[in-house]
Amino acid sequence: MIMNMDSLVFLIISAFTIASALGVVLSRNIIHSALALILTFLGVAMNFFDLGASFLGLVQILVYAGAISVLIIFAIMLVMKPDSAATNPPTPSRDTHFIGGLLAWLVMIGVGMAIGLTRWPAMASEPAEADAVGTLATLLLGNYVVAFEAAAILLLLAAVGAIILAKGDENP
Amino acid sequence: MMYYQLLGPEITVAVLGLLVLAGSLLLPSHGKNALGYLTTIGLAAVLLAVILNFSREAIFFAGVYQIDMYANFFRLLFLSAALLIMLMSSRYTGLFGERKSEWFSFMLFATLGMMIMVAAGDLIMVYVGLELMTISFYILTAYLLNDRWSAEAGLKYLLIGAMSSAVLLFGMSLIYACSGSTVFTEIYQALLAGSERPALLAGIVMMMAGLGFKISVVPFHMWTPDIYQGAPTPVTAYLAVASKAAGFAVLVRILLIAFPPTSLDWKLILAVLAALTIIIGNLTALPQTNVKRMLAYSSIAQAGYILVGLVAANTYGLKGVLFYAMTYVFANVAAFAVTAVVEVAEGNAELESFNGLGRRAPMPAAVMTICLLSLAGIPPMAGFAGKLYLFSGAIQGGYLWLAFIGLLMSMISVYYYLHVAKAMYIGISSREDRVLLPVPVRIALWICLLGTILMGVYPGPLSELTELAVQLFSAV
Repeated sequence: MIMNMDSLVFLIISAFTIASALGVVLSRNIIHSALALILTFLGVAMNFFDLGASFLGLVQILVYAGAISVLIIFAIMLVMKPDSAATNPPTPSRDTHFIGGLLAWLVMIGVGMAIGLTRWPAMASEPAEADAVGTLATLLLGNYVVAFEAAAILLLLAAVGAIILAKGDENP
Repeated sequence: MMYYQLLGPEITVAVLGLLVLAGSLLLPSHGKNALGYLTTIGLAAVLLAVILNFSREAIFFAGVYQIDMYANFFRLLFLSAALLIMLMSSRYTGLFGERKSEWFSFMLFATLGMMIMVAAGDLIMVYVGLELMTISFYILTAYLLNDRWSAEAGLKYLLIGAMSSAVLLFGMSLIYACSGSTVFTEIYQALLAGSERPALLAGIVMMMAGLGFKISVVPFHMWTPDIYQGAPTPVTAYLAVASKAAGFAVLVRILLIAFPPTSLDWKLILAVLAALTIIIGNLTALPQTNVKRMLAYSSIAQAGYILVGLVAANTYGLKGVLFYAMTYVFANVAAFAVTAVVEVAEGNAELESFNGLGRRAPMPAAVMTICLLSLAGIPPMAGFAGKLYLFSGAIQGGYLWLAFIGLLMSMISVYYYLHVAKAMYIGISSREDRVLLPVPVRIALWICLLGTILMGVYPGPLSELTELAVQLFSAV
């Protein structure tokens, strides 16, 4: 494989994203996990930019790295115990960690090999329109309008459900 | 010219759900009972509309959304299941307190998600419909807020559901990468010309695994017992009959429409999984002492039987999938309805609580017995006719060993189903008072009973419906 500039940039971004994602999972301090999550979102956004989808990248930064992570940190602060270690107790069993990690590696190697062995069809042309917001809008309100509306309902019901479950029973 | 009125059922269910949600905010608490009636009547109206327009087909948005008889059959199934569950849960919803009215809207949105799933002709549509259904179920599963088991079930379902969605999405992305399209028919065209692609195999396998979680096929079944036991009983019933049917509907459509037969020999993989599912589901159901948990394991086994029809993938087998899914609705909803009655009266669903039910509530006990026998596949109940289609399809397709395993395990299953009947008729209970049976539950039980017996004695009409619905696949 010839290492050109593009793949080097991709490798750096991916390494950054994966490292911060590992930070989310492995950190014992839940606030650190949340902060690492912001880095992960930024890494994904950089990936979008790298692919030429700058609109998606911007949305990723605005919505995920901006709004959602702030919400997550707020939620953590609301439910956190004074001692941050007590909020995120370690799982007792090391065996389950080991088996889980092993399975994850197996799946990753399997899928990675499948992708590596595939001869991908050559791209007919540069997907120049992928970035145009207009194309996206036409798709969302055209062929995918049912999915668009269903997603709107999905967000509504998730919000209502979260409130119901978080509020708890009125007479416990 | 697109016939947008054919999208009417989806739009009506969505609007109904939003109305109920708004009503639960605005109405005073004594007016909230009206929302239950509104939901039930609305569902009945939509069901009627689907029946009247059954044979009208249309392809929307360049194949992204397809209203065909196959989709209509499953819409029929979901709407009847939702309607029966609305009826059976008339008393059970009392346990939800002030949150009762929102419960109706979550049920409606779950139904909407399933209706979108079965009509989807595109991977993105499938995913959105699936998430709409699954997220509704996360909330519904944890709806008994005071109950520790319900909360645990909700959390488990959320974690496992999220993981299975991730696997499904990864699979879909690989399929998109190989074919350059998310529309089923275009995927088919693109793959027809393609050469050997390992990534495509990985994609199909991961997608089958993701959907396998939803239909609880072994080895993706481990979440089923805990969640079925912990969830509120009407939710469990809906999860068991409708969410599973939706998973099957999507699996059948994707495997037969989107992939050329040359892309992967999925039949052998599914045949092995079906055999394992039938064996493990039935054997683990044997020692259960909680009826909800027993029904959960039994539902795993039932998923295995349905999978046999998909493995055969001939007209008989596919007809069997649809036929069995429909008979399963009536038999299973009745079993869960009686379990809910017992649960409201006794506070739990342990086998001992069923003791003496034959004297305390003769009608539910009789319905329960008949429906359990239908699940076991005893003639003349509907389950027998369904299994006949499934297994004859398997034999026709050259899977004699699979049909044999299915038959053998069906015989074993009679044991644990009759165990409940034994408790109801021979078991001795300290209480002799009659169990209260509200009118809507009584209606639901009568419908299930009539459905189970009629479809078994006179399977002609349903068989014709399934025949029409699977015509879609005979062209491929």
